[in-house]
Amino acid sequence: MTAETHMADAASEASPTPAAATDEPLIRCSGLHKWYGGVHALKNVDLDFGYNEVLGLVGDNGAGKSTLIKILSGAHRQDSGDIFFQGKRVTFSSPREAMDLGIETIYQYNALAPTLSIERNIFIGREPITARIGRIGNMDFRKMGREAMDALRDVGLHLRSPSTPVEELSGGERQGVTIARAMYFKTKVLILDEPTNHLSIKETNKVLGWVEGLKAQGITSVFITHNLHHVYPIADRLCVLSRGEKAAEMPKSETSIEELTDLIV
Amino acid sequence: MKALTKLLLSRPEIASIVVAIALAVGLGLSGERFMTEGNMRVILAIVPELGLIALGAALLMISGEFDLSVGSVFALGTVMPVILVAQYGFDPWLSFAIATGAALLVGYFNAFVTLTFRIPSFITTLGTLFIVRSATVVFSGGYPPRWPKHMPDWVFVGYLTEGGVVRASLIWYLGAAIVLGWVLHRTNFGNWVYATGAHKQSAQDMGIDVRRVKMTCFMICSTLATWAGILQALRSHSAYPAVGSGYEMQAIAACVIGGVALFGGFGSILAPIIGIIIIRMVDNGVVMARVDSGWFKFVIGTLTVGAVVLNVSLRRRAERIRLEDEAVAETEEAREDRA
Repeated sequence: MTAETHMADAASEASPTPAAATDEPLIRCSGLHKWYGGVHALKNVDLDFGYNEVLGLVGDNGAGKSTLIKILSGAHRQDSGDIFFQGKRVTFSSPREAMDLGIETIYQYNALAPTLSIERNIFIGREPITARIGRIGNMDFRKMGREAMDALRDVGLHLRSPSTPVEELSGGERQGVTIARAMYFKTKVLILDEPTNHLSIKETNKVLGWVEGLKAQGITSVFITHNLHHVYPIADRLCVLSRGEKAAEMPKSETSIEELTDLIV
Repeated sequence: MKALTKLLLSRPEIASIVVAIALAVGLGLSGERFMTEGNMRVILAIVPELGLIALGAALLMISGEFDLSVGSVFALGTVMPVILVAQYGFDPWLSFAIATGAALLVGYFNAFVTLTFRIPSFITTLGTLFIVRSATVVFSGGYPPRWPKHMPDWVFVGYLTEGGVVRASLIWYLGAAIVLGWVLHRTNFGNWVYATGAHKQSAQDMGIDVRRVKMTCFMICSTLATWAGILQALRSHSAYPAVGSGYEMQAIAACVIGGVALFGGFGSILAPIIGIIIIRMVDNGVVMARVDSGWFKFVIGTLTVGAVVLNVSLRRRAERIRLEDEAVAETEEAREDRA
């Protein structure tokens, strides 16, 4: 699929009209198992992701959080179990296939190429093209620069120029660029894998603000962390993973930080 | 000072252009022999050949890999078409196509082994350096063939004007540089190459098929090396299987001198061009100044190490500047927060 048609498709589907009439959640995971060699990393996990919510996915190191999101983002494949996206069974053989459906992932290492400019980073793999020969085409730099700045402004980042190399940005600004990228491509689900690791308190607050803003725009976000204090204030629902199994899943109103802490350890 | 550091960091080829100009002026002033028509003819005959190899090496380095086999592939390109035409009666154009096919195969092999078994490309291509060199020697029968008639020399290496200085090969070389420069700097594929070289995991997570990108770069690199070999055969009317050894190192040195980052993701198409011009001027200048030509490699080595040290120290300094910038930004933000 080309960058343009992808964006056109995404735009036409962008309105967050919940298909709630069918009662199907946005994403349903059912009976997911994953082994790494002899390690049973994910044991029969069922989990639904609703429309327009912030789901906190918490657990200690090695609990299976990363495994679960790697499967959802198309980086790995489950050994058994099914994933349904808006009621339709899907399998991802690459991150690109998940992205084309509107599942975008923000990695804790932020998935940016440090020596490249902001505009080149935002459009990696989805460059707008003016003229093409086969799949190779001339990049539309004017559009890239303009839309990159717009996308950054939408997340409240005012940077000097879209041609600034990403390595010149602070950690928080880089995370802002990845969030701007995900929002620009009309994501339906944004998976954030430990997005506040390595950030200062001030920058963490900024990122948490962005995630709250996503909900206002009808985007579901899955916030993975082992720091309950980061996710609790902004989450609608929390899911606790422990040793590869789902230990608990509940609305925030029915639980507390103390109870969650006990479940994790 | 800050602005200068920033400029040199984002465009390291500027420093190499300054070195190239200084070198040309210095060599021109130091004796009458350098800036003569005859000498320019000599330099401009070799630049396109090493230049093509360096173009491919730069593309591959930006994608994060190296190719040490280009010198051997160069020899393959020199020997194979001539043997095919002289001993087996092939059409010259078909023989060029076959040599190109052989180069694509070598590039594919380099990429396949490197990427499938996750071996550093330094090692894989060190292997093909020996393999291809050996195959070329065996294929040639160990001695150069008689030069066949009806080779289309003029298309590739003919002088543009009667008794002129510039050969067609220079035009072909510049054409290749323009096409590759466009691909690298202006196209989406170029963006994938930079992203792959800069941070492979990021590129992969953003849906780039990094294996395919690197494979393409390996194959383009081998192809350009073979074409360079064909140019040399046509220019010198000979096909020695021993030519081109050491060219892989000159190609990599040219890229580094021009400012391509050793670990990928950074550098421009101007880097290998200026790098090769500098190397050829040094080689030629040493001879013209009647200095012992053994000093040639000494100078190239010094320039290579100097370029790397300069790039690394610029990067460090830029990092310090960045930290100061951040401190300023923080206080500005604090002011905004109060307002």
